[in-house]
Amino acid sequence: MSFLLTCPNCGVREVTDFGYGGEISARPTSRPTLRELGEYNYFRRNRAGVQREWWFHRSGCRAWFVAERDTRTNEVLMTALPADSNGGGAA
Amino acid sequence: MSRLENRPGELINRTKVIRFTFDGKPVEAYEGDTVGSALYADGRRTFSRSFKYHRRRGLLCCAGQCPNCLVAVDGAPGVRACTEPVREGMQVEHLNAQPGLDLDVMRATDIVGTKFTPPGFYYKTFIRPRKLWPVYEKVLRHAAGLGVLRKQQPEREWRTEYRRRHADVLVIGGGIAGVSAAKAAAAQGADVVLVDEGPAPIETLAGVEILARASALGYFDGIVPVWQGDTLHQVRARNHVFATGTIEQPLVFAGNDLPGVMLSGGALRLTELYAVSPGARAVVATTSDRGLDAAAKLADAGVQIVAVADLRESRTAAAEQLGARGIQVLVGHQILEAKGSKAVDGAVIGPIGVEGASVERTFDCDLVVVSGGFAPATSLLLQAGARADYVADRGHFALSELPPKVFAAGEVAGFDDPDSAARSGERAGLAAAGAPVEPADNGDGTRRERSPVAVPPPVAGAGHGKCFACLCEDVTAKDIRLSVEEGYDSIELSKRYTTVTMGPCQGRMCQLPAIRLMAKETGQSLEQVGMTTARPPWVSVPMGILAGRPFEPAKRSSIHRRHRELGANIKWAGDWRRAYDYGDPQGEALAVHQAAGLIDVSTLGKLLVRGPDAGEFLDRLYPNRFSDLKPGRIRYGVISSDAGRIVDDGTICRVDDDTFYVTTTSSGAGAVEEWFSWWLADWRMRVQLTDLTQGLSAVNLAGPRAREILGELTDLDCSAEAFKYLDGKQANVAGVPCLILRIGFVGEVGYEIHCASAHGEHLWDALMQAGRDNGIRPFGLEPQRILRLQKMHILVGQDTDSESTPFGAAMPWIVKLDKDQDFIGKWALEHYADEEPATRLVGFTLPNGHVPTEGAVIMDAGGAPVGQVTSSRFSPVLDRVIGMAWVPSPLARDGSQVTISDEGETMQAHIQTRPFYDPEGEVLRS
Repeated sequence: MSFLLTCPNCGVREVTDFGYGGEISARPTSRPTLRELGEYNYFRRNRAGVQREWWFHRSGCRAWFVAERDTRTNEVLMTALPADSNGGGAA
Repeated sequence: MSRLENRPGELINRTKVIRFTFDGKPVEAYEGDTVGSALYADGRRTFSRSFKYHRRRGLLCCAGQCPNCLVAVDGAPGVRACTEPVREGMQVEHLNAQPGLDLDVMRATDIVGTKFTPPGFYYKTFIRPRKLWPVYEKVLRHAAGLGVLRKQQPEREWRTEYRRRHADVLVIGGGIAGVSAAKAAAAQGADVVLVDEGPAPIETLAGVEILARASALGYFDGIVPVWQGDTLHQVRARNHVFATGTIEQPLVFAGNDLPGVMLSGGALRLTELYAVSPGARAVVATTSDRGLDAAAKLADAGVQIVAVADLRESRTAAAEQLGARGIQVLVGHQILEAKGSKAVDGAVIGPIGVEGASVERTFDCDLVVVSGGFAPATSLLLQAGARADYVADRGHFALSELPPKVFAAGEVAGFDDPDSAARSGERAGLAAAGAPVEPADNGDGTRRERSPVAVPPPVAGAGHGKCFACLCEDVTAKDIRLSVEEGYDSIELSKRYTTVTMGPCQGRMCQLPAIRLMAKETGQSLEQVGMTTARPPWVSVPMGILAGRPFEPAKRSSIHRRHRELGANIKWAGDWRRAYDYGDPQGEALAVHQAAGLIDVSTLGKLLVRGPDAGEFLDRLYPNRFSDLKPGRIRYGVISSDAGRIVDDGTICRVDDDTFYVTTTSSGAGAVEEWFSWWLADWRMRVQLTDLTQGLSAVNLAGPRAREILGELTDLDCSAEAFKYLDGKQANVAGVPCLILRIGFVGEVGYEIHCASAHGEHLWDALMQAGRDNGIRPFGLEPQRILRLQKMHILVGQDTDSESTPFGAAMPWIVKLDKDQDFIGKWALEHYADEEPATRLVGFTLPNGHVPTEGAVIMDAGGAPVGQVTSSRFSPVLDRVIGMAWVPSPLARDGSQVTISDEGETMQAHIQTRPFYDPEGEVLRS
C-alpha cells in the first residue's frame, strides 16, 4: 500500500506518515444487544469502493481527520477535519 | 593488455593504469575499464562456472544482463564483471568452482552425471534412504549455487541510505528516447528524474536530476525504488516514462554456452567502448540486420568474419554491402553447433529446413557472434500494469496497452531507429509533463518501416547435445521437454519445476526461448503459452540496500546523565533507556521501606486535559467518574475499550475546575494520546488536549523519610494533615515550580514530583542532597517492580492482556455502572458485570522459595493449563516469594492452593487476594 494523503493541517504527505483508524462506523447510541455490540467491536464492512475512514497524522500534527478513499485504487477523493466533513460518525 | 588502436567512442583512459587482482593474480587495466573488459583484454575467456554442470562460461552480453560473468568483489558475491568499473586494489574472485576456474572438479556432473541431473533431480535421485537426505543436501548445497557469503567478513562499515524523491516525471532509461523525454518534460517546467544503469547519458540539464549508474528495481503502487551506489532512492512521480529499450536474445543451439559465443551487442561493446578485440576469426549468426551491422563493424575493427548465417530467406541491403566487402553471407542459414572444449574453436552452419552432414559446413573460428532478435524490456512496465501481446512477425511480446500515467518510448515501444526513438521520447515526455501532444503522423506513431526479422526456431536443428535455454540455472531444451512430459505443461509450472527464468538474469536471456520451447512441446501458440509474471526486483540488489540505515531511536529522560554517573544498569524499556537498578535491587527496595528512595519516572505519559467539558470528557472515557473529583485531589483510573478490555491505567489529578492532569503508563503514552484525541475529534467537546510527556520530567520520592526530605526543599506544609494521600498540590520545590502528587504506587508515603524537563536534573540533585542524611537511595525499575508487586498494583500489559476486564483483574470498584453518562466500554462491562469470569487475577506466595518464571503455567489436577503467572519476585521486606497469576475463578479466594508448572517443575502456591504489604493501606495514608 502506498499513496499520498493530504493532511488538512499539514498538506500532502506519504501514507507512511499516518496511522489508519479504519472505516467510520456508528457507535450504538442506546444499549445494544450482545450481538450488535460484537458486530460494532469486531465486524467491518470492508467495502470494495469508496469508503469514509479515519486517519491520524502520527508523524505530523497528530490530528485525526476523515478521508474518502477508493479501497480498490487507493485514490483519495477527500480529506477534512471532522468539523468540516459533516460529521465523522463515531470511531 | 592487448588493445585495438584508438576507437572513436572508447571509454578508457590509456594514460591511467589501474591495478587489481583476480583470484590473487595481478591484472592491469585502464581507467574506464570494467572488470570484464580488463580481464578479457588480459586473455581470460572463462569467467565463471555454471550453476549445475560447472561448465565454463565467458562474456556474453557485456551489459549486465546475463549471469555469465558473476564474480565476487572484495568479498561481496554476485557482482557482474562486465559492468563493474575497475578500482585500484580491488580484489576480484571467481565464484562457483573448486579448486579454481580453470580446473573445476565439479565439472564431473556435466561429463558423467548429465542423465542423473534432470530437473528436480535432487528430489528424484536422493530420496532413499530418507535418513541420508541431510547428508545429500549438504553436498548438493556445496555443489550448486552462485558464491558464498563469508560468515567472517573483515570489519567494514557499510552505511546505506533511503532517500525519498517526489517528482513530476520519472524517466527510466537514458538512451535516445529517454533523454528526449526528459528534455521535453523539463522544457515544460516539470521536475524530472532520469535514471540510467550506465554512466550519465548527458552532463547536466536544467530541471532534470540524473541518477547515473542506477537501477530501477520495480514498480510498487507508483513508487519506483532506484538503487544507486549506497542509496536507495524511493522515487514517487506523477507520471512515468519507460524508455527501457530491448534485450538482445541468444539463440538455442548445441554448445551455445561455450566461452567465445557472444551476443552481437556484447562483441561491439568490447570493441567500441574498451578497444578490446573479442576474437580473431568470427562466425556471425543473426535473425536481423543487427547481426549484419555488427559483422561490418567488427570487420572494421580488424576481426576476420569467416561467415555470416542470416536466418532470413532474402538478402537485405546490409547483406549486399557485406558481400561487396568479400564477407560471405549465407541467407536462410542458421548456426547448429559451437564446437570446442575450453572455448569456441569452430562453428557448424546449415540451411534451415534441411538436415544432414552434406549441407552443413564447419568453420574454424574463435568467436561466434549471435543475434537472436531483440525482446522489448517490458518487465517494469508490466509491473506497472501494462499489457504485452505476442507479435508474430517480430517474434516477441510487445506492449499493447498502457495504464494511466505510464508512457513508453523508444525501442521498448517499437521505435527502433534513432529518429523515431527521439520523436517518441519527446511525445512521451510532453504527455508525462501534462502538455498537449499533437496527433501522431500516422496511426502507428512516427515509426519508420522496421527492417524485417526472422523468428528463430525453439532449438536449432535436431537439438543434439546441450542446447541451453537458461544459462543461470543450466536448463536445456531437453529439460523443458521433460518437464512437459512429466505434466508441467504451463509456462508458470515449468518455470517452478525447471527454475527457468528464476536465476540472476530474471528472464532477460531465457524467457522468450523458454516460451518458444514450451509452445513447441505443448503444441500451443506463443500467445497461448504467454509470459511468466514480471516481478521485482528487476536487478539483483544487496539486502543491505533494501534494509537501509538501521536506526535505533532512544528516548532518555532529562536525568539520564545522573543515572549513568551513579553506575545504573541501563536497559531498554519500550523506546526508553531506563535505569533498571543501581546494582542492588533488593537493597534499593529495602531502602524505600526503611528510609527513602528516589526513582526517575519521567517516562510516564502526561496529558493535560483542559476546558469547560474536561470533566465530562473524562467521564466518557473512563469507567469511573472524574467530573465530581475535587480540585487538588487525585483518582486512579483504568481505560477500557468498547469491548470492556483494559487498555491502560494511570492517575488523574484535578488541578482546577477546568484542568485535569492525566498520567498514563510509560509504554501506553502515545496510544492513550491518540485514543483521547480520536474521541475528542469525534465528540467535538470544548476540551483541549496537550501532550506534556516529553516536556515534563518526574521523580517519585517515597519512604518513611520522604516527607522530611521534601519539607526541606519547599514552603509547602507537608504534614500528614495538610498534604493527605491522593492530594495533588502545586508548589516550588528547590526553587522549581512543581506539581506534587501524593500517590502510593510503591506502597510507602510517596510524592510524585513533576516539573519542566529543563529542571529535572536540578530537582534530582536537590532531593538527593536533601536526603543524604536521611539515608536516601536512588532506586531503579526492578526494585519498583518488587515494591508495586507487594501492593498488587497491576502493570497493564504485564499482568493484563487484551482479554482482561476490570472485573477479572479484581477491580470491580473502578467500574461505575450507575453513572448517568454513557462511557466507552459501558455496554460490554454491563455484560461482564453479570458474568463470572473464567479466570481472575490474584496474588500468590510460594513457600518453597522458588521464583517461578513469568508466564509459567497454572495447572489443574489433570495437568491441563488453566491460567498463568504474570509477575513473580522475591520480596526482601516480606522475606518470601510473591507473585500474581490468573487462576480459575473458583480458586481465586484466600487460602486456596494452585499448582504452578515451571519448566518441568511443579510447585504449590497459596492464593492471596489482599496486598502482601500493608493490606489496609495504613502506611500509605500515614
